[in-house]
Amino acid sequence: MATQTAVHETQTPVFLAKEEPHAPSSTMLGFWIYLMSDCLIFAVLFATHGVLGRNYAAGPGPQQLFDLPLVAINTSMLLFSSITYGFAMLAMEKDKKQATLVWLGITGLFGAAFVGLELYEFSHMIMEGAGPQRSAFLSSFFTLVGTHGTHVTVGIIWLITLMVQVGKYGLGAENKRRLMCLSLFWHFLDVIWIGVFSFVYLMGVLG
Amino acid sequence: MPSNPDLLKLIFGRLSLDSFPYHEPILVVTFIGVVLGGLAVLGAITYFGKWTYLWQEWITSVDHKKIGVMYIILGLIMLLRGFSDALMMRAQQAMAFGDSQGFLPPHHYDQVFTAHGVIMIFFAAMPFVTGLMNFVVPLQIGARDVSFPYLNNFSFWMTAAGAIIIMISLFVGEFAKTGWLAYPPLSDISHSPGVGVDYYIWGLQIAGLGTLLSGVNLIATIVKMRAPGMSMMKMPVFTWTALCTNVLIVAAFPVLTAVLVLLSLDRYVGTHFFTNDMGGNVMMYINLIWIWGHPEVYILILPCFGVFSEIVATFCGKRLFGYSSMVYATVVITILSYLVWLHHFFTMGSGASVNSFFGITTMIISIPTGAKMFNWLFTMYKGRIRFEVPMLWTIGFMLTFVIGGMTGVLLAVPPADFVLHNSLFLIAHFHNVIIGGVVFGVFAGITYWFPKAFGFKLDPFWGKMSFWFWFIGFYFAFMPLYVLGLMGVTRRLNHFDDPSLQIWFVIAAFGAVLIACGIGSFVIQLVVSVMRRDKLRDETGDPWHGRTLEWSTSSPPPEYNYAFTPVVYDHDAWWDMKQRGFVRPTEGFKSIHMPKGTGTGAIIAALAVALGFGMVWHMWWLAILAFVGMIAVAIGHSFNYDRDFHIPAEEVIETEEARTKLLAKQA
Repeated sequence: MATQTAVHETQTPVFLAKEEPHAPSSTMLGFWIYLMSDCLIFAVLFATHGVLGRNYAAGPGPQQLFDLPLVAINTSMLLFSSITYGFAMLAMEKDKKQATLVWLGITGLFGAAFVGLELYEFSHMIMEGAGPQRSAFLSSFFTLVGTHGTHVTVGIIWLITLMVQVGKYGLGAENKRRLMCLSLFWHFLDVIWIGVFSFVYLMGVLG
Repeated sequence: MPSNPDLLKLIFGRLSLDSFPYHEPILVVTFIGVVLGGLAVLGAITYFGKWTYLWQEWITSVDHKKIGVMYIILGLIMLLRGFSDALMMRAQQAMAFGDSQGFLPPHHYDQVFTAHGVIMIFFAAMPFVTGLMNFVVPLQIGARDVSFPYLNNFSFWMTAAGAIIIMISLFVGEFAKTGWLAYPPLSDISHSPGVGVDYYIWGLQIAGLGTLLSGVNLIATIVKMRAPGMSMMKMPVFTWTALCTNVLIVAAFPVLTAVLVLLSLDRYVGTHFFTNDMGGNVMMYINLIWIWGHPEVYILILPCFGVFSEIVATFCGKRLFGYSSMVYATVVITILSYLVWLHHFFTMGSGASVNSFFGITTMIISIPTGAKMFNWLFTMYKGRIRFEVPMLWTIGFMLTFVIGGMTGVLLAVPPADFVLHNSLFLIAHFHNVIIGGVVFGVFAGITYWFPKAFGFKLDPFWGKMSFWFWFIGFYFAFMPLYVLGLMGVTRRLNHFDDPSLQIWFVIAAFGAVLIACGIGSFVIQLVVSVMRRDKLRDETGDPWHGRTLEWSTSSPPPEYNYAFTPVVYDHDAWWDMKQRGFVRPTEGFKSIHMPKGTGTGAIIAALAVALGFGMVWHMWWLAILAFVGMIAVAIGHSFNYDRDFHIPAEEVIETEEARTKLLAKQA
């Protein structure tokens, strides 16, 4: 700093940029920050489940309710969808529009299968009288898992929107950036699900 | 075929003719006033044919300067609303002794104090600081706009939508009677079956989304859009405090969103998060809401610390003393603000070790804050202090805030807190820091940057009147509350039995009247300044001999802020430029790339009001339609790829030549 000033002391330094500085796009950073804020919402829900997750109110607990094979299938649906999204991104990098769309479509189907299985699980539990109103444990379970499911649903709507846009306008810089954002979102939901699977289902069944 | 009441219920949900408080004379008179005032404003806009201008230049504008101004106008309007609640409370407490019940029955009084807190924090203080950051930060870092200009417009309108929902509750139904943080079990469906808490929830959720997104936006702006040469340690202090504030916003507001969702589920779905039975845990709510709530007070005060830092350096004609210690103090406060939330409920009974931990962390916060105070003092030391209005607010802040900080340290001692918890001592403490810190800071900031925004200064006489009324009024209004708190008087009471207390409440009410004069003087100041704008005009763009970049451009700045992007060598970049013979270029201007305005933000926010209203009154069809509408408009907006344009070089040349002439006239 001191040397810099000294150098410029003799002559007036350049105070204005001759060329417009090329502002780097802030989108990925901004979206990443948004994801971290979303992560905090999940953190609150995990914490709530941590505090209330054993309050069964003389109702059913995880051992009676959770069907681990079903959850395992469900988890694999989501993990597969992340792999296929990765393939979509690889196709996007090579500017293969058709392949990108196909992989996005497969991703969407896996996502829909995940949401469908989750809804089946929920309806099954509610039929058995273990709805979110039954106990604080079930309130926090349905809210945490349901919030994740809602996110996946939003992701699917976004994915369909992007498929239409890529189909219509091709793989321009703008659309590539949007696909990157959705990619972050999709993988982020995967990470959250790993947490749900481990802490809610596995540790719940362990008791 | 549904019978008639069923059909009505389907259409109107819980809303019926009884929901309108036409039997409350205070509300009826207010309503008539609002309707007449509103009609007058709408009539005037129509009469002068300003609708197109408003829509194109303001409502759909993505210009950060205009959005900042709109935030501050929103804050001012809501300050008036929140302050009228304060006057009613002070009047009630000064009157309601012994046989006299005052003029506010408990159910109304409870709504008044809840609305006062909610409005002052969320819809006065938050828009004020967000507005200042929006206006100033891009200018200070030499940027053309924020990172996401459309998102900025959307954020503002979501905040405004939240404010509208809160305002609707005044005339349709009721507001929450729970206090400003709506603690369960009082706020759950069995104890608050009415619509008040629902208004609270939806108003805050919608505004909170706007706040969160504006936080993301400003962080990205500060990290990515700084002028060449502006490293982190060459950022102006206000920008530093803005960065820390927005980090706090992004890290705190999701917690508020989540905890309000859980409360809504308890109320709408019948879950058991915070109920007394079925395994719910009330203290979970109180922990979570304060994990948001404590950072929130630093969200409000940090930008004000930034404002004072800029003002002290400018009006003492010196570099800020201890720039890097100021930056580190800000960062330390940011981190510590997450480690103190439990001091809001030491009485929870979490045991001596937990309480000691949080008591000690709370006391530690006073160290970086004290460092800041000394930095400001040392900046003033041997400075050529100009006692203009912004500097008066700053000195008023330094005197007042130190008292508030010391009572805060008293409250941080858990055994003392067991005695003072929920007493008027606490009320006096947080008003002491919020008025002495945030309100004084906001008024200082508005007075300081007003000439930058509008091209003329605010009238100093009425500014000084406003300052002295506020300053003296504050002491009259809140020092008695310290005394009462030490005597054991608790908060939120609307009637007292002991007549010996009355004198203190009368003094406090007198203080509130003085503050009313302060607010009145501020409004007069605005009117007088607009009328005398030719005399108060500043044509240099640098009326205070400023130090940071925003003073290097014209007042008001052109849409594009800077014709050429500045190159920065020092944290007082503009001072550095002036010292080293910077000459403003008068040719070589090029066309400039700028974002286009869009009405999407305002439309989605309007639908959000409908969504909130539908959810509050259980008008499910309205809520569903509005929600689907919001998604559809957002998706529709994403199909618009044509979002920017170039300001042609001729227009830039024209604007800049006009300034060249103005400056030549000066010299």
